[in-house]
Amino acid sequence: MTKRQFSMKQILFSSALALGLLLGSVSAMAAEGGVELPSAGVNLRDQASLQRGARLFFNYCVGCHSLKFQRYQRMAEDLGLTEDEVMKNLNFTGAKFGDTVVSHMPEDSAKQWFGKAPPDLSLEVRARTADWVYGYLNSFYLDPSRPVGWNNTVFPNASMPFPLWELQGVQTAVKKPGSEDVEKLELSQPGRMTPAQYQQAARDLTNFLAYVSEPAALQRHAYGIWVILFLALFTLLAYALKKEYWKDVH
Amino acid sequence: MANEVVDHGRRRFLTATTSVVGAVGVVAAAVPFIKSWEPSARAKAAGAPVTADISKIEMGQKVDYAWRGLPVFVVRRTKEQLAVLPSLAPRLVDPDSTVDQQPDYIKGPDRAIKPEWLVVIGICTHLGCVPEFFPQIKPEPFDPNWKGGFFCPCHKSRYDLSGRVFSGVPAPKNLQVPPYHFADDTHIQIGVDPKEAG
Amino acid sequence: MANVFTRMGDWVNERAPGMMPAYRKHMTEYYAPKNFNLWYYFGSLALLVLVNQIVTGIFLTMNYKTSAAEAFASVEYIMRDVEWGWLIRYMHSTGASLFFVVVFLHMFRGLLYGSYKKPRELVWLLGMLIFLVLMAEAFMGYVLPWGNMSFWGAKVIISLFGTIPVIGSTLVEWIMGDYLPADATLNRFFALHVIALPLVLLLLVVLHIAALHEVGSNNPDGVEIKKGPKGNRWDALKPADGIPFHPYYTVKDLVGVGFFLLIAAFIIFFAPTFGGWFLEHDNFIPANNLTTPPLIKPVWYFTPFYAIVRMVPSAFGTAVWGVLAMFGAIAVLFALPWIDVGKVKSIRYRGTGYKVALGLFVFAFFGLGAIGTDITAELIPELFGDVNVTFWENLFGRTMTLIYFGYFVFLWFYTHLGWEKTKPVPERVTTHD
Repeated sequence: MTKRQFSMKQILFSSALALGLLLGSVSAMAAEGGVELPSAGVNLRDQASLQRGARLFFNYCVGCHSLKFQRYQRMAEDLGLTEDEVMKNLNFTGAKFGDTVVSHMPEDSAKQWFGKAPPDLSLEVRARTADWVYGYLNSFYLDPSRPVGWNNTVFPNASMPFPLWELQGVQTAVKKPGSEDVEKLELSQPGRMTPAQYQQAARDLTNFLAYVSEPAALQRHAYGIWVILFLALFTLLAYALKKEYWKDVH
Repeated sequence: MANEVVDHGRRRFLTATTSVVGAVGVVAAAVPFIKSWEPSARAKAAGAPVTADISKIEMGQKVDYAWRGLPVFVVRRTKEQLAVLPSLAPRLVDPDSTVDQQPDYIKGPDRAIKPEWLVVIGICTHLGCVPEFFPQIKPEPFDPNWKGGFFCPCHKSRYDLSGRVFSGVPAPKNLQVPPYHFADDTHIQIGVDPKEAG
Repeated sequence: MANVFTRMGDWVNERAPGMMPAYRKHMTEYYAPKNFNLWYYFGSLALLVLVNQIVTGIFLTMNYKTSAAEAFASVEYIMRDVEWGWLIRYMHSTGASLFFVVVFLHMFRGLLYGSYKKPRELVWLLGMLIFLVLMAEAFMGYVLPWGNMSFWGAKVIISLFGTIPVIGSTLVEWIMGDYLPADATLNRFFALHVIALPLVLLLLVVLHIAALHEVGSNNPDGVEIKKGPKGNRWDALKPADGIPFHPYYTVKDLVGVGFFLLIAAFIIFFAPTFGGWFLEHDNFIPANNLTTPPLIKPVWYFTPFYAIVRMVPSAFGTAVWGVLAMFGAIAVLFALPWIDVGKVKSIRYRGTGYKVALGLFVFAFFGLGAIGTDITAELIPELFGDVNVTFWENLFGRTMTLIYFGYFVFLWFYTHLGWEKTKPVPERVTTHD
């Protein structure tokens, strides 16, 4: 009697704890920022996407943004690229293969041009989440009132110009009637890519930045399953051993 | 009840199996901790191969390069300096470089890929001082019969111009030759074997 | 082989005759009640986590740089450049959170079965001291990565001391060694985190276990097995309901360790930030004394206590009351053995009033946690629509705070005035698995 009653209670309490933590994490993720963020669909196993993302980053972003914790060499190994490919196609700063990715933009002039130095993006996805970065890349619109001419619905009044406009095209904001609030963004001038192509490009770039924010994730996923299988075996054995010894206890 | 028979065999088997699996787990868990002491990616990047531009080095001149924090001597040897090397054999500890102090493609009295160019790590094999360069074939205070080479100021060890150690000095081995190859006629890459470079 | 071991044993015994008796006292001849249930795993698990924190912590110090200029980058260096550094770091960060999960459950076990009651008051007091030191240890460790949450967390928590009248602001400067959390703060926190507090913690843990083994373990029935009949299959003079800790509870705890490691490994390898709960998003931004993160909240394990600070309004020109209430919430736990003087230990045989009160207490604890983590601020508009969130949150939070403290007030009256109607406690322990 008593025993059953208490195991129920145990189950209740432990599940309440687990649920509380889980629920909290889900709601905390959903509610950050005012705008609904679409899913970035990060997939670190998609090496082709990571490679495309790297190409985009080194063509459009590295002029201003560093990845000061990311080494070219590590990137080559993890993305399945050769030293030659990385050094010829992606490294435009004359850095060594073992160096980290540092933009050549001088900080003072950056401050002059944009009001503040462009942030390092090594940990951007970990700090902001992938969905945020993906949403941000999709949400630039023309705004002549801003010093750089661009604004962003995910990060209002961002001081960054939008170098990917030649790919996405130019978006303009449709305001809510009688208000300054943006209702939606419209593509007013097409770019080199179709909207679907651009979304894939933004996804690739986000995917690459997600990789950069934690290169060890590739190792984690590779080893994790074996560790868990091993621990399951150990736990089973320990359980059998416990059963065997506890035959003595009456 | 209390005296029911215990299956000691099964108990011993389970104890042993659990212990072995547990021990395997502990050893496996120790591996990452031990490996964390290996040179990090930063240290490896700092120790990456170094390319030396040798186009400006004159005959008989020595230029130092830092590779993995070690001084690497690159010496351009003259014909006269090379000519005396074979004759020094009786005075040397290991004239034929049999002790493992060089990659296997470094052979002969000149200990070099191209005889003109000597590439050695400038660390005395005695206690790690940096030997000085005495290239002239002329009597020196420490050796009246000097044919050019390296002299360690710490404990007076002497090496010839191939980095081979003389007998009767404290240093036991020849100077170490690092892996290197000629990237082209005027560039030596230190730290990469010819076959690794492809 | 066996012969070698025997001879080695004899060799040690001749030179240290006290060692084998100590081993027997605490392992093979420590008779623990045979009816421990799930709740009794968490003591040994806490010890396991402590060992994990010490080992991984030592290895982290090998690459961590104690300076405001370098700390953040050195953590990323560990995560990226040091071979397996990421694993060591995640083991440490996950261990910190799991330490609190395990300790909270361990403490709750004490409430369930009255383990703090006579004769185990000293065990409880030492345990509470461990909890207190552990909180200081965790807080200082949290500051070390020198991310933006580290910085602002340090600023806010240290500012709590600033509410003390007269000496407050001087005290805050003294703690920080500067006018804001800075290099000096980081250095002293490092010293305290890696050596001073761990030493205290280890000493307290030894004393906690030693004190426990003097009086013997409690059990889910709250029956004193030492007062029951004597004689079991191992020893005619030892309690009939006791079994030797080794091998019976060592093999049982091994199963607990296996399950626990499975959960820990899952988090470490597949969800090391745990959705921002174990490692927060804003802590991946370097410390910046000019930009406060949009949401300043402590790590989850401090939130129930931290929420109390927010729920108590300032009065008479000082905000010290909230801080006093927060520390009071912990301090009152120390006094529990003297607040609850009911003779029956286990919840199985206690009055309905106790069961309801404990249920409410747990609910209040989670409720305060929800406020501290800002879950309520999101949940209230979702559930009730367009309402005054602050008003409802304060109402809920103050109710929870009252319930939290009310638990102790109620228990005092309930047991001192003899209101409790208990069930008969059996002579012997009832169930075991």
